Amino acid sequence: MGKVIFQFEDDISTDIIYPGRFMATVLPTETPQFAFADNKDLNKMLVNKEFSENDIIIAGKNFGCGSSREQAVSTIKGHGVTIIARNFARIFIQNSVNLGLNTITAPDYQAELGDEIEVLADKVINKTSGKEYAVIPHSAARQQIIDAGGLIAYTRKILIDKNK
Amino acid sequence: MKQTIVQKILAKACDKDFVAVGDVVEPRVSLAMSHENAALVINQFLEIYKETNLEPKVWDPSRIAIIFDHRVPAESSKTATNQKKTRGFVAQQGITKFHDIRGDEMGICHQILPENGYVRPGFVVCGTDSHTTSHGALGAFAFGIGATEMASAWTLGTALNVQVPPTIKVIVNGEFSDNVLPKDLILYLIGKLSAEGANFKVIEFHGEAIRKMSTSGRLTICNMSVEAGATSGIVVPDEETINYLRNTAGVTDEIELVVPDEGAEYDQIVEINASELVPQIACPHTVDNVKPIDQVVGTRVEQIVIGSCTNGRLDDLQIAADILRGKKVSHSTRMLVFPASGRIYQQAIENGIISDLMKAGAVVVNPGCGPCLGIHQGALGDGETALSTTNRNFKGRMGNPVSNVYLCSPAVAAASALTGVITDPRKGVN
Repeated sequence: MGKVIFQFEDDISTDIIYPGRFMATVLPTETPQFAFADNKDLNKMLVNKEFSENDIIIAGKNFGCGSSREQAVSTIKGHGVTIIARNFARIFIQNSVNLGLNTITAPDYQAELGDEIEVLADKVINKTSGKEYAVIPHSAARQQIIDAGGLIAYTRKILIDKNK
Repeated sequence: MKQTIVQKILAKACDKDFVAVGDVVEPRVSLAMSHENAALVINQFLEIYKETNLEPKVWDPSRIAIIFDHRVPAESSKTATNQKKTRGFVAQQGITKFHDIRGDEMGICHQILPENGYVRPGFVVCGTDSHTTSHGALGAFAFGIGATEMASAWTLGTALNVQVPPTIKVIVNGEFSDNVLPKDLILYLIGKLSAEGANFKVIEFHGEAIRKMSTSGRLTICNMSVEAGATSGIVVPDEETINYLRNTAGVTDEIELVVPDEGAEYDQIVEINASELVPQIACPHTVDNVKPIDQVVGTRVEQIVIGSCTNGRLDDLQIAADILRGKKVSHSTRMLVFPASGRIYQQAIENGIISDLMKAGAVVVNPGCGPCLGIHQGALGDGETALSTTNRNFKGRMGNPVSNVYLCSPAVAAASALTGVITDPRKGVN
């Protein structure tokens, strides 16, 4: 169970998530400090840990559109929040699967700031409103990568098997 | 079964005769491109090899391209250190398609790849840059990926987890009017499809207006296909493709054109009459907020930018020089020009283009990505507005969240430089 700590509109770009001017910082251990850097309130909340584990950021359509910069995923992942959106841009969701950021695609969800939400495999339950919404699961191929613990572990296993 | 270009390319790259839309495949990668973010790819690549007792070795150093373009020359010690590490890796692994910070070899990755003949029709090209879609201009299936996925490709030589995408067929007939350019076509299309209208899909370009379009224009439209969410844009390769590869890129070996089957199945068909197009402007803060120019004419702009992987090629600079020659950039604005590559810069010097632009008042900076994404030169002040031939106008894109970016063609940018307000290039400008 998590609380909605921030609400975004449609088409949130990677420039909003991780502004280009911080792109020289690449390592997943260093990127979280710049999450949503131009949104001072949200950045402060994340950096100062003014939220609980499993808390949620909600968004509209096409979250993560724009650049392929993987920092846009590692910067959020480092804070341990989940993103629920109506849908995600292709490269962003692929990067999320590869790095293990929890992204939930729920096209019809309704929620507001402060709502308590339970995320299950096939649905999200808005405990505040009492309503349930279907979740579109990851494809089998993506789920394999998630189950392996991310793309590094997944590729490492293939590499080892090839060299046996 | 009939197939689109991308189905045929993916089938071949998996040693199959046919792949269906929705199949998950692992195609061999023909070319894997990175820029400064190679620093992160290297980190992830070495992570993969950790605790394996194997020597980290890329699958094929001749199929990896690394081009420094985002922060050149380095704007900070951090970048310089990342570039230094990457140079070391390039030397150690024997990567040959490496373009460092040199006037004779440098450029924006999406210009360097085509002009050096690194991309061919039928290739599977992946790049750690969303505008890798550009290379569809040469009939390749080219798409952006993240750094960890690239590390995986460097290790295995395949792209994992590629779902064969459905294709939107865009047919463009008719002739472009004067000072209406391929940029106006792609902005119009993005406005029509929306920023997510082609998410997880490919846009395949057809029609007489595309057949008559130069490779430069095709690079512009494929480049910005990602702004409609497309995995890739792709042009049916033809005589123009061969001419470009032979005459500009100096390719001498065999070129095989992969074209779609007659009767291939499309997700959607969009028809556009180029004759009816007018200059288009993408207004803040989304690329699909596209309006015909007459709705925004007169908007004040403090900075004009011509360049980038979208519109920094010789014909783009020529269009601007033709409009600006013998005239002056308004003192109420400032104009930045960044050619897409060292080669283009040199040609523009030899053709007198650079002189025309500088005499008019433009500042010509070295090839690179900097101003487009607000990381190196050309940042906007609070409340300022830019009019730019680049590809994105997201909030904060040019380095300042309280500024505005409008996107346009080089003709609109040059005409507007003379007045300091958004100006229609089809009308005489003094």
